Amino acid sequence: MKKPTFEIAMKKLEIIVNKLESGNESLESSLKLFEEGMKLSSFCYNTLESAEQRIIKLTDIELKKKLDAGE
Amino acid sequence: MKNDFILTVSQLNCYIKSLLDSNNVLANVFLRGEISNFTNHYKSGHFYFSLKDQNSVIKAIMFSSYASKVKFKPEDGMNVIVRGRVTVYEASGQYQLYVEDIQPYGIGALNLAFEQLKSKLKAEGLFDVSNKKLLPRFPSRIGVVTSDTGAAIQDIKQILSRRYPIAELVICPTLVQGEGAAKQIIEAINKFNELEAADVLIIGRGGGSIEDLWAFNSEDLARTIASSKIPIISAVGHETDFTICDFVADLRAPTPSAAAELVAPSKDELKKLLGTYIFSIELSLKSMITSSRAKIDSLMKCHEFISPMSIIQNKSIMLDLSVRKLNDAFKNILYNNKKKFISLNSKLDMLSPLKVLSRGYSIVTKKGKNKLISNKNKVKLDDIIQVRLSDGELDCVVKEIR
Repeated sequence: MKKPTFEIAMKKLEIIVNKLESGNESLESSLKLFEEGMKLSSFCYNTLESAEQRIIKLTDIELKKKLDAGE
Repeated sequence: MKNDFILTVSQLNCYIKSLLDSNNVLANVFLRGEISNFTNHYKSGHFYFSLKDQNSVIKAIMFSSYASKVKFKPEDGMNVIVRGRVTVYEASGQYQLYVEDIQPYGIGALNLAFEQLKSKLKAEGLFDVSNKKLLPRFPSRIGVVTSDTGAAIQDIKQILSRRYPIAELVICPTLVQGEGAAKQIIEAINKFNELEAADVLIIGRGGGSIEDLWAFNSEDLARTIASSKIPIISAVGHETDFTICDFVADLRAPTPSAAAELVAPSKDELKKLLGTYIFSIELSLKSMITSSRAKIDSLMKCHEFISPMSIIQNKSIMLDLSVRKLNDAFKNILYNNKKKFISLNSKLDMLSPLKVLSRGYSIVTKKGKNKLISNKNKVKLDDIIQVRLSDGELDCVVKEIR
């Protein structure tokens, strides 16, 4: 599986929190959600802790796109 | 009249023109008045108008070489101060003011131009809240369009590396003041959109005079911002500086530093948020387990769980009851049928022909046949007939038929 972005992980986590808070889930699916929620939150936390700012120039992206397009 | 003193019209106008042109006052006049009959000749670019006060009016012309430098749009009724020279247009014999500079009276030209563009774009709906794009909550790529030598880029880099290091900064350096700045910023925004190189853009620069910030009041830039697919945060100058970009952008930050804070939540806030999420997940699960356990407990407490034998006993009593009912029902059926049989039987008995024989009647048939003989025509003399009595049979011979 592709590593999720921070944004997607946060969104998934929020959905899980809402589902669990609603109390409509069965015990079995609650346990699954709990497990997934814990994984996502530790992923987000680690991302925040370990992130170091990357700076690139727009021209680099442009160049890369051109190379990718085989120009 | 001597012919020597007779002038042509051209000569006279030329003479008057030379008088006016040699006058130092008329060569450089500052004049205040109200514009009327303003026309911007769209081909030549010259401005034609009149200036008037309560009692007088003077014609004025501003050639395109000067007119093109005017930032604001002159309009009828506007009070202005102009600088120019007065001279005669010989062809029509009219003296008029040749304007070289025009300034709005009371406020600066740039301020006026700003207000004019602002109300124009506002009327077009470019500032409407409904046109604003939503900023991403957790951008993974933040584009920055500003000068790479200014303080703004340093502030943004520094603040984001501290607050929100998970995003990639994509920088496109441009001029931010003077000739060509607006064009470069427009190109940068377009390139970001074309390459989809950012989730959100910050465009801006540090503080400066209204002239320094003027690029951010460009109409073309305003339209580019409005049509950008990527949401844009405008961060121009200081808190008190407002530009057209600020109004048309999806969010206005008072300074570039503030933009860096507004563009994403801080690491600390996010950690806190994650903490509350974890707390909530754990709490939800705990309460789910607690309520499930309570449900099990209440089930365990009910009668059947405590003494399962009582279920069997109950069932056994019900079974007995059913068997008894079944028995009773069967007996009933049997009795009723017996009664019916007896009554039918006695009816049948009454109708039996044997009963009739016991009273002295007999049944006569031909010997060997079952056909009853009910009249004399059925027999001949010497026929053997069979007579059945109640207790036996007689074979008889017919001796006489009467």
